[in-house]
Amino acid sequence: MLGKLTWDAIPFDQPIPLITGALVLVIMLAIVVWIVLAGHLPYLWREWITSVDHKRIGVMYTLLAMVMLLRGFSDAIMMRGQQALAFHSEGFLPPEHYNQIFSAHGTIMIFFVAMPFVIGLMNLVVPLQLGVRDVAFPTLNSVGFWLTATGALLVNVSLVVGEFARTGWLPYPPLSELTYSPGVGVDYYLWSLQISGVGTLVAGINLVTTVLKLRTRGMSYLRMPMFCWTALASNLLIVAAFPILTATLAMLILDRYFGFHFFTNEAGGNVMMFMNLIWAWGHPEVYILVLPAFGIYSEVVATFSGKPLFGYRSMVLATMAICVISFMVWLHHFFTMGAGADVNAIFGIASMIIAVPTGVKIYNWLFTMYGGRIRFDTPMLWSIGFMVTFILGGLTGVLVAVPPADFLLHNSLFLVAHFHNVIIGGVLFGAFAGYAYWFPKAFGFRLHEGLGKAAFWFWLIGFYIAFMPMYWLGFLGMTRRMQHYDVAEWRPWLMVAAAGVAVIMIGILFQIAQLVVSIRDRAELRDTTGDPWDGRSLEWATASPPPVFNFAVMPDVEGPDAYWEWKRHARRGDAAGKEPAYRDIEMPRNSPTGFVCAFFATVMGFALIWHIWWMVLLGGIGAFATFVVFAWRDHDEYVISAAEVARIDRAYREERAAGMGSAS
Amino acid sequence: MTDVMADERLHLSTVHEGPASKRIVTGYGFWIFLLSDFVMFSGFFAAYAVLLGQTAGGPKGAEIFDLRNVAVETGCLLMSSFTCGLASIAAGARNRLWFQIAMAVTCVLGLAFLSIEFNEFASLVARGAGPSRSAFLSAFFSLVGCHGLHVSAGILWLLTMMAQVFAKGFRADIQRRFLCFALFWHALDIIWVAVFSVVYLLGSAP
Amino acid sequence: MSGQQLHDWQDHADIAPGDEEEFSISKSLIGYGVGLALAVLLTATSFFIAGTDLVWQPSIPVAIVVLAIAQMGVHLVFFLHITTGPDNTNNVLALAFGLLIVFLVITGSLWIMAHLNQNMMPMDQIMQMQR
Repeated sequence: MLGKLTWDAIPFDQPIPLITGALVLVIMLAIVVWIVLAGHLPYLWREWITSVDHKRIGVMYTLLAMVMLLRGFSDAIMMRGQQALAFHSEGFLPPEHYNQIFSAHGTIMIFFVAMPFVIGLMNLVVPLQLGVRDVAFPTLNSVGFWLTATGALLVNVSLVVGEFARTGWLPYPPLSELTYSPGVGVDYYLWSLQISGVGTLVAGINLVTTVLKLRTRGMSYLRMPMFCWTALASNLLIVAAFPILTATLAMLILDRYFGFHFFTNEAGGNVMMFMNLIWAWGHPEVYILVLPAFGIYSEVVATFSGKPLFGYRSMVLATMAICVISFMVWLHHFFTMGAGADVNAIFGIASMIIAVPTGVKIYNWLFTMYGGRIRFDTPMLWSIGFMVTFILGGLTGVLVAVPPADFLLHNSLFLVAHFHNVIIGGVLFGAFAGYAYWFPKAFGFRLHEGLGKAAFWFWLIGFYIAFMPMYWLGFLGMTRRMQHYDVAEWRPWLMVAAAGVAVIMIGILFQIAQLVVSIRDRAELRDTTGDPWDGRSLEWATASPPPVFNFAVMPDVEGPDAYWEWKRHARRGDAAGKEPAYRDIEMPRNSPTGFVCAFFATVMGFALIWHIWWMVLLGGIGAFATFVVFAWRDHDEYVISAAEVARIDRAYREERAAGMGSAS
Repeated sequence: MTDVMADERLHLSTVHEGPASKRIVTGYGFWIFLLSDFVMFSGFFAAYAVLLGQTAGGPKGAEIFDLRNVAVETGCLLMSSFTCGLASIAAGARNRLWFQIAMAVTCVLGLAFLSIEFNEFASLVARGAGPSRSAFLSAFFSLVGCHGLHVSAGILWLLTMMAQVFAKGFRADIQRRFLCFALFWHALDIIWVAVFSVVYLLGSAP
Repeated sequence: MSGQQLHDWQDHADIAPGDEEEFSISKSLIGYGVGLALAVLLTATSFFIAGTDLVWQPSIPVAIVVLAIAQMGVHLVFFLHITTGPDNTNNVLALAFGLLIVFLVITGSLWIMAHLNQNMMPMDQIMQMQR
């Protein structure tokens, strides 16, 4: 009746997941009860769950990312704790748990923290920067978010119902095949990622089409803000790379479910092909993550230096070069697998070449800062922290790009330090910079600056304490993912690393405090003009938060840094006062399609994992029916009258004029 | 009208006019999706090419491929692309009758393709040459089966389009949806060209 | 069928993929018809070449691949109306990007896997050694 699912699936004999799971369940239940009893459910359903507004969806993506950051970080605490303790000892995590924890840590951090964070920021900001009202496919946007949430949900369910994969964040065969992983762990991984992979692909299609086909009048390609260029490059990579992930995971699913022989040891399967295909996705994936971060830095550095971005065209070229070359380096993830010197050399050289356009970007940011009047607000601190940290991580990357060096360092803690260096220093710091920078735009009030600075310093210092020892440990010969060890030399460094995690945790606590305090003090922190940082691009040319239609009249753009130019004219008293000719605006209707579709996807995913075939069928029919119902809609838009638009816009224009009057 | 178009074109080359029309946006977005689908197929093609020789003592391509069936399948799919084109013309001319006829013929041809393929698979499984026999067969069944699944999804979509046009006529959003369907159907035939050439024809070499 | 309908998809200097510049029933019919005829011709040639002894044998794989690429081109031009005009630039660029990725994935995989297979012992031999 229920496939492989029995009461044994619940970890009654394992205190950590049991208690954690129970606690989380109680907290979630309490939140839901509070929402319902306080009467917030209709508001939530109408304004958030069924919203197709890119701003709302962007916020939800970011919220998902930050909540999952806490889950992924708890895994990190456990791992560092285990390794600090497990010298001539079993530590507190038996191997079968430890393996699940490091697998979940990587999977969650990449797929459910980093990806949603950058996609959320792109969703929120790109249409505003392009001067348009929404992305190309608003309802599809909602579908994409909710499917990503489904993936996150399934991974977390594995904590309390069943188990997670023990294979690491990329499930290499033959370990991930049925013979050696007969449980449901790998299946949780596979279905969770296949479902959220659809969501990611949909977001990619949406943003590519938005940047290429939806820009306001006058905004030619070379007048787009840099963040939109990096969004384009990143989403082109999503569209190009995620299908490979889909295909490869599908092959593993076919092996596990139907006895196919893609990667098995018998009947001619080729395990190495999995590595080849998965890294053909995996390398572009890291550029998918870091390119939007680069875009954020371009925006932040220009704004907080009070200067236009240096070398715009070279930045564009560098971005597109990174986009293309990122598809030519993937073998460097398996130099040691035996492809031979010729192949290794080619990919090694390509991996070194790809560092060059990144270097161009760093120089351009430095030259942007040079001669500027720098303001060291939190977003700028994150950017400067990034520059130092990412350069270090990039250098170690060029080091492991040399095949002979990689033969010594592959899968050691040196490698672990390297990729955390570039992902935390590059992607996460960028996400935090973007979060601080665009939070006022999304919510209408700024984040508390002092707590933000404290959070930054604890994160930065904690990161170095946690990860620099790992470079040294790599040189000392320590392999990654060790559940216990006997080498006395390693122990002190692992304890330092654990201390670093504690410092990072203080940083995270400051971030949580910052959010709580900012919400509490939002009246004092309010952003009245829509432009708290004296920004340069169009997202600052509307209220904070923007009305649902973003701009009362879509702006006419006459050069790069569109808003900056407008402000210069306005300050000289040129064109500020004239009211635009207001017209009716058509906006897309909200729709439960995304949420309902994801509900059926969750049902199907769970049923597939546990082999409950009748439930799979029902889920599939439900998902198809959802699409047909959506396609049958007669009214997919609603109209906001010109009078209403005028009313909303006049209020904003008054606030903005008051703000600018006091500024000059 | 031609004069207006010429003027517009001269004017447009100097200034970016603003967001594109819904039809262009929808069509382009679907085009990007199709390209991502091509990349997914390339993953399966790569796996097929790598595992070509891994027959694990089981049958090779030349022993199991029946080129007459493949020829009929190809003919059906190609014709169905043509009739889908006829349906596009009918949609452009807003002629319901010819649209439904053309779509119905497309459907029949597509189902014919699927039934031949299903029979091929069933008979292979029956004689022990199913996908779990060897890596080569796994790759074959996945690649050709993936294409078949896409065709099946296309048939479902086709029937939905017929129902929509029947119920609501040639409304703008239905026209956009049909544009996407036509793109999808033609793209499937393009992939089939690769499949029958690389898998069946090249694979039949003794 | 006139300027009214065309208005929706004749915007800017851009055209949706799959759409034609000017809509005329007779021209479209001819277009699809020619496309069908060419595709049938190319398909028949492919099948013929695969089975014949009349051609130098080693050239057969190349010929089949070339014919396949040609037929894909016929589909793109006659059924999908992809042209090289300025209104199709975005569509062609996107297609070129997609094809580049397909090329990299397939040739890269073949090259890498060939080397890996050559240098690494086949799996059944490894397993026999472990018994």
